[in-house]
Amino acid sequence: MRTRRLLPLSLASAALVAVALALVFFYAPLDADQGFVQKIFYIHVPMAIVALCGFMLAGGMAIAHLRTGDRRWDLRAYVVIHLSIILGIGVLLTGSIWARASWGHWWVWNEPTLVSFLVVFLLYCTYQPLRFAIEDPERQARSASVFAIVAGAFVPLNFVAIRLAQAYTHPRVLGATGGSLPGSMRLTFLVCLGAVALLFVTLCNLELTAKRVSFRLRRLRRARDASPQPPVLR
Amino acid sequence: MSSPALPLHEAGPYVAAAYVVFAALVVAYVAIMATRLTRMERSLEDLEDDPAEPQR
Repeated sequence: MRTRRLLPLSLASAALVAVALALVFFYAPLDADQGFVQKIFYIHVPMAIVALCGFMLAGGMAIAHLRTGDRRWDLRAYVVIHLSIILGIGVLLTGSIWARASWGHWWVWNEPTLVSFLVVFLLYCTYQPLRFAIEDPERQARSASVFAIVAGAFVPLNFVAIRLAQAYTHPRVLGATGGSLPGSMRLTFLVCLGAVALLFVTLCNLELTAKRVSFRLRRLRRARDASPQPPVLR
Repeated sequence: MSSPALPLHEAGPYVAAAYVVFAALVVAYVAIMATRLTRMERSLEDLEDDPAEPQR
C-alpha cells in the first residue's frame, strides 16, 4: 500500500522542489537589505519549520502509541524524529553559512534563536542512543515515546521563550510586527515550505517502507530458522 | 550586527553552498535508503524462493 504511494509522492515532491527553486532564483526579487544572500532564507527557514513541526508531530504520535499500544505509532514517531534530525543538520549548516555571509561569523553564541535550535537538536540527538540502550522492545518503545512527548512539549515552549527574549540579531520571520514579506517573496517562501514539507512526507514514507520490508525479512528468517531443516544427503 | 549586503560575486558561493548542503543531505539519504531497500528486497526474494537455504 505504502509502496504504491511512493512513486506519485516522489514525483510530486521533485516537481514541487523544482518549482520552488525556479521561484527562488527567477521570480523572487532581491532583498533590499541583504541582497542575494537572502536566497538562503528560502531553504533555511522551511527546513527549520518542518524539522520543529516534525519533532512536535512525533510527540503526538508517541501519545497515540501510549494510548493505543499500537507499535506502528512508535515506528512512525521514530522515523519522523530521524528525518527531523537530518533536517536539523541542514538547518544548522545553512544557518551557519547565512550567518557567515550576513554577520561575518559562522556562529553567534549570544543569539537565542541559534543556541535554542542547537539545544533542541542536541536533545533529539540523544533519542536514538537512549532508545537502543534498552533491549526489551516493549520497554524500548514506551521509553522512546515518553522521551518524544517530553521533548516534543519542549519545542513550542522553547519557541515562545525565544520570542520573549529581548535581544536578538536573528531576523523574525513569523511575527505580528516584524518579518512581513512582500507578496512575491511570501509566495516563494510558502511554495518552498510546501516543497520541504512534501519532501519530508515522501522520505518518511520511504523509510517506513524500508522498515516494513526489514521486519518482514526478519519474520521470514525467524520462521525459516524455527522450521525443521530437511535432512542433508551425503 | 548585520553588515551591508554582499555583492553578487561574493554572495554567490554562500548561496550555492547552502543549496548544495540541502541537495547533498537529500541525495545521501535517498541513496542510503534505496541501497538498503534494494538489498532487503533481494534477500526477501531469495528467502521466498528458497526458504530452506541456511542462513549465512
